[in-house]
Order: sequence, then structure tokens, then C-alpha cells
Amino acid sequence: MKDDSRLLLLEKTITQHQHRKDSLLEILHTAQGIYGYLDKDLLLRIAKSLNLPASHVYGVATFYNFLRLKKPGTHTVTFCLGTACFVRGIEEIISAVENEFKLKRGETSPDGRLSLYVTRCIGACAMAPNVIVDDEHIPKATKETATEMVRALLG
Amino acid sequence: MNLELKPEDIIKIAEKEREARRSYRHRINVCCSTGCLPLGALKVLKAFQDTVKEIGVETGCQVSRTGCLGTCSVGPVVFVEPGDYLYENVTPEKAREIVESHVVEGVPLKDLMYSSEGFFKKQFKLVLRSAGRIDPFRIEDYISAGGYSALVKCLTKMSPKEVIDEVSASGLRGRGGAGFPTGHKWSFVARAPGAPKYVVANLDEGDPGVFANRALAEADPHAIIEGMLIAAYALKAETGYVYIRAEYPLAIQTLRKAIEQARAFSLLGENVLESSLRFDVQLRLGAGAFVAGEETAILASIEGRRAMPRPRPPYPATSGLWGKPTLIQNVETLANVPPIVLNGGAWFSKTGSPGCTGTKCFSLTGKVNNPGLVEVPMGITLKEVVYDIGGGVPHGRKLKSVQVGGPSGGCLPEDLLNLPIDYESLIRAGAIMGSGGIVVMDEESCMVDTAKFFIDFCVDESCGKCVPCRAGLFKVKGIFDRIGRGEGRIEDLAFLEEMSNLIRDASLCGLGQTAPNPVLTTLRYYKDEYIAHIVDKTCPAGKCFRNQKEAGKT
Repeated sequence: MKDDSRLLLLEKTITQHQHRKDSLLEILHTAQGIYGYLDKDLLLRIAKSLNLPASHVYGVATFYNFLRLKKPGTHTVTFCLGTACFVRGIEEIISAVENEFKLKRGETSPDGRLSLYVTRCIGACAMAPNVIVDDEHIPKATKETATEMVRALLG
Repeated sequence: MNLELKPEDIIKIAEKEREARRSYRHRINVCCSTGCLPLGALKVLKAFQDTVKEIGVETGCQVSRTGCLGTCSVGPVVFVEPGDYLYENVTPEKAREIVESHVVEGVPLKDLMYSSEGFFKKQFKLVLRSAGRIDPFRIEDYISAGGYSALVKCLTKMSPKEVIDEVSASGLRGRGGAGFPTGHKWSFVARAPGAPKYVVANLDEGDPGVFANRALAEADPHAIIEGMLIAAYALKAETGYVYIRAEYPLAIQTLRKAIEQARAFSLLGENVLESSLRFDVQLRLGAGAFVAGEETAILASIEGRRAMPRPRPPYPATSGLWGKPTLIQNVETLANVPPIVLNGGAWFSKTGSPGCTGTKCFSLTGKVNNPGLVEVPMGITLKEVVYDIGGGVPHGRKLKSVQVGGPSGGCLPEDLLNLPIDYESLIRAGAIMGSGGIVVMDEESCMVDTAKFFIDFCVDESCGKCVPCRAGLFKVKGIFDRIGRGEGRIEDLAFLEEMSNLIRDASLCGLGQTAPNPVLTTLRYYKDEYIAHIVDKTCPAGKCFRNQKEAGKT
């Protein structure tokens, strides 16, 4: 929270929204975009500047899956768990990566280098199964391509 | 800078653009939507642009980035006009060949073309009329394809009541899943006392396995905005929101740009096209909550709260955003409105089946030869969609089930595929129209495991407000976990059915009311698989119990 330039950016957005309470979700999106995740201090600061109870802000932040309250790893792997990906075998890919890197979905490795996430459908169903490695979308993924990508990432 | 445009200026822009388009002998449309992008569409686009310049044919050949053409599994796809030449799996190298042969010498390359002819034969593109044919980032492209002329017609020739009457006459029903008659909804909002009124476009396509709304927004965002504008004119609404999933970054981009351009062209803001209509649109991002697609939950989310539904009445038509009359429509419904206004409700109602007019977009996925985005007239059978358009199941395997309507749809067996696609027929069979997902499963899919997958999803996504959904689904999940461990009991089946009926009848919103559909339909059509899991402890598809077996071996 000591980083002033990021804080300025966040405050600018809050001002643009005129501190309106109904802009909370928009502000949380912006904050996550700037900081990568929403920690307690950040949520408290947002609550204060929108004049909302901290419990309300925490309630909203925890309700939505897209919002992260824990710091993500340096690299993130997101598996699409939509129906098409499920039918085309995403579970096997997830298990393979989980076993290979000794990490469960939703967790970050102790050294903070890798996080595994699942998401409910990115809407690229015709190319299922889909995996997103950092910002790169891997369509028609297989156990082998997915683990290989992650291995290459970690070096 | 904002241009101060009048209605006639839109017609002039359209004519000018069409003339510019005619000056090109060829037009190369490169699909750059979420489907084709990860397969290298941008490189292909650049290759076309570079080659056209290098060979010196850029005055006769226009290269454009467009939205989804539907054949997502063979991307990147490129569509060359005139004529309907669709190239598949295009690479930068093939791009060069296509320019040299097709554009320069006038010889289309048959070998590189999409060959599954059946894919387009039974389709009817109304909502996706311009998808893949225009650049979604250029409002001029939309206008040249006849865009905003329906709005011009409203502003210059029609009263708000006439607009509503036309929408009613079309028989259009909500495409978000419930199928409520759109004209009725509009007249409720128009009559409701209170101001300001709001228009909400629902693009929270939360159903896993569904992407038709995303494709629409990526290919033709202005069609949604024009639909909202016409609704605003008819209902005297002043503010609109497009509520879109955060998981759709490209659709967010196209819509953001479209809103900016519409403002610059005097189509949004004070005095739209110098008329008395005042309307502006804002984008609101969802944050990964399936329940937010429910109409009262979406309102809570736009107001910055947790997306939790509330009991109805009052309906949003009378008490919606901040307690004011609010029209909530799926974006596909809204995209149907401009052609209805232009051509008349009677024209629209000629497509589809009686009581269920028009078309429906479907995301056709799973174990099918031609997965992709399709738009078909209502009343077509599921069989035609899966076999004639989808090309059937790959590798000569047998079709086991077709899941229609997203996670809360139903799993239907092969012998029900003659079912016509309309709201009522699907509900009778235990499925729903939902937002238009068709997932094909072959013999490798275990129906018990599939039902468990959907229940897990609904347990995750239940907002927790009402007991039947929160506690009931959790109970159902417990039974499935037990069956999965090989500890199922035969009396579990009766319990599953009883609990499912209870959840369906007693839940507060659509999520809970439809969540048991996969369980009920698999129990109805695939009971033998449940019995195999419970009595014989075997999985006919070979999916379940694998871990136990492996553990047993060691």
C-alpha cells in the first residue's frame, strides 16, 4: 500500500465514479487490475473512500469468483472447467498438472512461483479443452502440452 | 470530437461506405474472435495485409478483421467476398497463396477451403447477419450493412407505441432462456410509472459451454446498442447498462469501442441524431458469478452488491434498478429488434415455428465433428443440428446424449433427437432452451459423472440465499460423492429424485429451479448407468472408479 503511483491510479478511478457506492464492483475490478489481488488493507481503504461498511466490501469481494483475495503466483495456469472442456477431458489434464507440480487447483506453490486456478468457461468451447498459461490461451490442450508449457515456464 | 449528425446523415454515410466497398474487387475477412485468435489469426491478418501491399493489389482488395464465422474448430478462418469462399486453418503462408491465386488470378483454392458444406445449409443468420462480414471496431462498417437505419426509422416514422406493436407482432420471445414474450415485457415497462427508466442488456453468459452471446458482441456490438436504443425510444428510457462477464476480454473491448463510436456519431447522449431522445449506455463488468445472469441478481450486481436474487413480484419491469422500471433483455433478443423494426413483425414471424418465431443461436460443442457457433430457425430438430450441421460424432463412435441448455439443462438420449427446438418441447423433455448450449456426448461420457459435474457447478454457484438450493444441492452432491466412492445404495435413487423435485419446486430463482434438471433427466433416461454404479460398482463408460481400481492394484 506504500506504492503511491498505484494508489493514485486507484484514487483517480474512485473520483471518476464520484465515490458512488454502486461503483464498488467497478472499483474492485480496477483495484485487482492494479494490484493483482485484493488484500485486507486495500479492501479497508476502498470501504472508507466509498463510505461503505468494511463487511459489505468484504462480502462483495468474497462473493465473486473473479476477485482474488490471495496473492497469485508469478505464473498462473488457469484451466477452463466449462462443459465442453469437461466432456473433452480437462479433468485429466488438471490431474496431470496437479500431480506433476505437487499443487492442487486453487493453490499457490510455497515458493510463490506458480498458481493453479480453474475457471467456469472462457467461451472458447469449440477448441476445448482450453488452458490459459499466464496470458496465453492454449486451445485443444493435452496432458502433455499443458505440463510441458508449465515446465518451460518454471525453467 | 463528436459529429452532430441527423437521421439523413446515417443514410448518407451508409451510401458512401457501400460505394467505397464496391470499389474493391475482393474483400478478405479474417476472423479475429476468441476462437481464432489463439490459433494465430492476427499473424494471418498481418500476412494478408502485407502480401496485398507487396503485390500491389491493395486498391482492389480490402483486408478486414472481423468477428466469428462459426466454424471455430478449424480456425483461423478467412472469408473471401464476393462469393462465399471460406478458407480453413489458414496460416501466413497460405495467406500468400490465397492472395496470389484467388485475388490476383481469380482462381479460388478449393483444397484450402472449408469442406463441411452441411454446416451452413440449414442455418439462417438473422442475429448473426453481419458476423464475419464487418469489422466490429468500425461503426461505418455496421452502418454500411444497414445498421442504425432501424433507429432512424423509429425516430422519423414511428411512434413509441408503433415500435412496441411491431415487436409484439413479431412474436419475439426472450432469448436468455425463459422465453417471455418481448413485446409484453416492453409494454409493461412502457406503462410502469416512475422515472428514469433503464434498459439492461444481459451479456452475463455464465453457462459453461455456451458462447453465442460472446461471439455476437465480438462480431457485431452495434447490433446490441441499436437494439437498446430502439428499446429506449419505445420505453422512454434514459440510461442503459450492458452487463458483461469479465471473462470475455475481447467482447469488452469491442463493446467499449462501439459505445465510444456511437457517442461520437450522436447515436448516444443528449438528443440522439438531433431528436428528443436522450440515451446513454455504460458497460458493467461481472465478476464470475453464474447467478448474476438471473434478472433480479443482475440488478443487485449493477448496483454494486452481491448478485443475489430476490423474490418477484415486484418484477423489474415495475421495480428494477434503484426501484425504477427496468427492461432486462438478453443481448441476442436485442439484436433481433433492428430487423424487426426494419422489415416488420409479420416478416419476422414467418421464420421459425408457430408460437416460437425467429431463430436461435447455439453453441454446438463436445464430441461433434463440426463444433462452432450456429444460428437456426426455431422448430428445427435437434437431430438436424447435431447430424446435418454438426456432422455427427467423430471417430465413428456412438452418440450417447445431447445436453441442451447449459448446466441446468437436461441430458437427452438419441431417440429424443427428433424433438423440435422450441421452448415448450424442450421443457416437456426435461431440458430448457437456456442461453443456447448444445453439448454432444459419446459413449466415453459417463452420465452419472456428468450429472455430478453439473451439480458440483451449481453447488459452487448457488448464492446461498434460499435453503432448498443451498442445502438441497449440497445433499444431492453428497449422494453423488458417495456413488463415486462405490458406496452408493439403491435407495439413493429415490432420494435423489425426491430431493431434486423439492429443489426444483421450492427454490427462489431460476438457478435452483433448474439445477436438478441434469439429475432428473439422467435418472429418467440413463437409470441403468446409475444402477451399474450402485449395484455392480462399475462404470459403463469406464470413467469412474479408476482411482480405486489403481489403488487396488498396488
